This record gives sequence, structure tokens and C-alpha cells, in this order.
Amino acid sequence: MSTITDQAAGAAQDMTVPAQPWRPPSYWPFVLPALIVVLSVIIFPWLFTIWMSFQEWKVGSPTTFVGFANYLRLPADPRFVEAVGHTLSYTALSVVLPLVLGTFAAVIFHIKFPGRGILRALFIMPMMATPVAIALVWTMMFHPQLGVLNYLLSLVGLPPQLWVFHPGTVIPSLVLVETWQWTPLVMLIVLGGIAALPTEPYESAQIDGASTWQMFRYITLPLIMPFLFIAAMIRAIDAVKSFDIIFAITQGGPGTASETINLYLYSVAFVYYDLGYASAIALVFFALIVALTAALLILRKRAQWTGVDA
Amino acid sequence: MSVRDILGRIGLAFGVFLIVSPAILFFLWMISLSVKFEVDNAAYPPVFIPENFAWKNYADVLASNRFFTYFTNSVLVTGGATLLAMLVGVPAGYGIARMAAHKSAIVILVARITPGLSYLIPLFLLFQWLGLLGTLWPQIIIHLVVTVPIVIWIMIGYFETTPIELEEAATIDGATRWQVFRHVALPVAKPGLAVAFILAVIFSWNNFVFGIVLAGRETRTLPVAVYNMISFDQLSWGPLAAAALIVTAPVLVLTMFAQRQIVAGLTAGAVKGG
Repeated sequence: MSTITDQAAGAAQDMTVPAQPWRPPSYWPFVLPALIVVLSVIIFPWLFTIWMSFQEWKVGSPTTFVGFANYLRLPADPRFVEAVGHTLSYTALSVVLPLVLGTFAAVIFHIKFPGRGILRALFIMPMMATPVAIALVWTMMFHPQLGVLNYLLSLVGLPPQLWVFHPGTVIPSLVLVETWQWTPLVMLIVLGGIAALPTEPYESAQIDGASTWQMFRYITLPLIMPFLFIAAMIRAIDAVKSFDIIFAITQGGPGTASETINLYLYSVAFVYYDLGYASAIALVFFALIVALTAALLILRKRAQWTGVDA
Repeated sequence: MSVRDILGRIGLAFGVFLIVSPAILFFLWMISLSVKFEVDNAAYPPVFIPENFAWKNYADVLASNRFFTYFTNSVLVTGGATLLAMLVGVPAGYGIARMAAHKSAIVILVARITPGLSYLIPLFLLFQWLGLLGTLWPQIIIHLVVTVPIVIWIMIGYFETTPIELEEAATIDGATRWQVFRHVALPVAKPGLAVAFILAVIFSWNNFVFGIVLAGRETRTLPVAVYNMISFDQLSWGPLAAAALIVTAPVLVLTMFAQRQIVAGLTAGAVKGG
């Protein structure tokens, strides 16, 4: 430990001794170890993936350069095209539902009531709990004969569902889990926004006799818009990459009905060991996430513009 | 108290019930599943509190000779990845904050939006080539993808808000940059250290995707071990639910006791790796 200290201190001193006040590099010894880690576990994999996406590489056989062939395979691969569709519908639902419910929860948690602290801790538990453990219990709850969800439906007079065991209901069912899990994060972000709001508009609105809904609609909602956009962006990024829940509950099934890009990527890479093609999928997938993030940022700019106009 | 106030209170109570009950009922049901015998778990209508508690579900999980191995693996992987991340990430967060090198945060952002699987393909080949597969090292190293960005991101935030005047005074008194960091900046940023540590531990402990690819029979972490239980003993729900509860219990306890730090960390950067 002392040698590390001495080295770091020595290195720091070496750089501060020269007469010219050249300050910035003196902090490099602090950043260097992390830089090495980031280079080797984040940057290197990226460069390697880009290189690999131009190779035909199946484990056990030699690699050959194939140019853009892996990328050209994508549009002609029905399973990939289907996976893109699943990913988009899964993501859209997994952004909108937590956003609506999370905003409602934030409004509630902004009000002071007895037991708020402990209830908030319980409320955020779904997002902190180990996803695989959660998925396991949801799988039991989805069970068509023995699951508790169909029992609950029967209590309110609704017909039993096949949930994750039917191609038509599998994505909404998985979205239910995702929403249950990640609504708390939206709540926390929006709550931060609400807590920072000025109180004057509410006071004058109250004097003018505005209803609670009117105050929310015309004061709170416009003011927390930036926070909703941040929440939407984070939600979109996480939903698009969602893996644990889908993999543990359905493995992409039944058939390929809930196979998202991330799950297909897993199969191509670690079931078929088609690593060149998998790398191309990984890069296209990343481009899609970046595009999605950019689209939301542009949307946010737009919203700000119209906000100024109005 | 007017009628309007009473209605308002009832409305609030109903709203609170509506948003909190899915979480509470889920975990209560999870506990219920884990303490029931097969007969009760297969009963229709479902039994919430059984007549006979199946504590043996827990005993079975804890007594199985593999459980201890998986638990140790989880502790080593999470502990290793978190300590390494603190060791390199805390000074880095300090350096970046003091250099005001905000552009370097882009790397953190890229790490944040990259799907975990895309790290796995090249690193899997690298570990294979290095002959590390079969040990815990591949998992410790790849978990750095999760923990290092969390630690750096949170520490940048904390060091940016700590007053620089104290550090300048220490420098004038002849302290080296390392001494300033160690004895002035670090103590002030203690709350930040706690936040970074807790979040890194939780997200590393919960991580699943790296384990299913890199873990062998002997190197499984708890989430992977539980997943393997699903595929093989689908039939007995009691022990499965008990195992799931045991795996996630440390995280839930941590959430209860460190709620403030977790909320602070998540709202600051909203970082979740993997």
C-alpha cells in the first residue's frame, strides 16, 4: 500500500515540480488505473466486436474476412426481423406504463402521510431485488392451473389466461413484470422533480379555486416534463436491453414469441456460437439503442420549443 | 374536519394502497410459497397461510452441499468486483472532477447503454485464450463492467460538490496531491463512498447474464444457481421459492436499511449496469 502511495505521490510531484504551472496532468495518476480497467473491459471489447463483425467465425473453425456479409444477413433473417418487432413493442409498453404509474406514485409519495418512509422502502424493493429470483416467483404466479394470478382473475369474474404460455399474451405478461419492477425508478426520478417545484403557483391556483386535477394538469405536469423525459430515456434504454426477466421466465418462448434482440443475440452467440454474426447483431443493436436515445433527446428539444411558444 | 378533508384522506389511503400493494403482496406471496408443502402449493383455491409450515424447504436449500459453494462464489465475485471498482473508481472520480474532464463521462455513458451481452463475446474469447475459464476471475473481471461505471459516476458527483478551498489550503501547507486526496477530499466524500459501495454491491450481486455464460458447475453465483434450479426441479415450488428468497434476501435487507443512500445514488445517476 505504501509503495502505491509513494508512487502516486511521487508521480504527482514529478509533474507539479516544473516551473510552468501545467496543472491538469497532475491528476492523471488518479485516473490511470481506472483508465486501464475501462480500456480493457469496455473499450477493448468494443473494438474487438467491431473487428469480429466482419469475420465469419464459428468456434472451432478458422476465421475468414467476409466484409459486410454478416450485416447483409440481418434483413434477410426472419428471426432477427421478428425480434426487432418484439423489442419495439416490449420497449414501448415498458416505457409508457411505468411512466404513467410512476408519476402517479410520485404525486402520492410527495404528500406527507404516516408510514411514508417504510412504505417507500417497500415500494422500491421490486427494482432492487435479484431479477432471477423475482422471475422465478412470477413464473409460478403465471402458472395457468396453479398460479395465483388466474385465481385473482376468477375472484373478479374474469376468465383465466395463459399468460406467458401463449404467444398472444406473452409480451404483455412480461411487460407486467417489467412495469412492476421498474415503476419505482420512474417514481424516484419524478419525485425529485416534484420536490423541487415552487409552491407559489399552487397557492394562487388554490385561491382561484382550482381542483387537484387541474393543478396537476396545468402546473405540475408541465413543470416536471424534463424529469419525465429523463425517466423515459432511462426506461427506454433499460427496457430495450431487458434480459434477465425474459430469459428466466420464457427463454424467448413460447416458440420465439417473446424473443427480443438481446435474447436472439444470446442464442446466436452462446447457443449457435456464430460469433461473427453475433457481433454484427450486437453492433446493430447498439446503434438502435443510440438512435432511440437520440430520438428521445430530439423529442425533448421539440417539447421545450413548443413549451416556449405556448 | 370537513367532509372534503375526510374524502381526501380516504382517497390518499386508497392511492397509497393501490401503488404499494403490488410490491407488498408479491413479497408476501413469495414468503408464503417458500413455507408451504407441495400439497398447499398445489391447492386450489390457493392457500395463503398454511396449517403446517414447511421450514424444511429452507433447511433443504441451506443444507445442500452446493449452496455453500455458490454463496461463497457470489460473495467473492461481488466482493472482488466491488473492492476493485472502489480502488480504481474513487480516485478516478476525484481526478475527473478536479480536472473537470466532463467529456470522459461519455465513456461511462456508453458503458451505461451498451447491452451486457456485447462485452461477453470478446471477453469470453479472451478468458478462454488466457485459460481463465473455470476460475472465478472471469466473473470478477467482467463484473467490473457493472461496478466501475457506477462508482466513477457517483464519485464524480460527490467530489464536484465538496469544497475545493480546504484542498487548496492543504496544498499550500505542502501536502502532496495524494495526501490531499487521502486526508482532505476522501473523508468529506464519505457519504458518496457509501452510496457507490452499496449500489455496486447490489447490481453486482443481482447480475445474471455474465454468470450464465462464464460460470461452470463449480463457479456459479447464486442467481445462476437459482436459474438452474428452475430448469431442473420445476416441480417443487416450496424449495425453489425458499432458494429465491435466500438469494435476494441480502439485497432486500440492504434496501431496508440503506434506503436513503440507494435513493440518493439512483436519482443522482440512475445507473444500472449490465
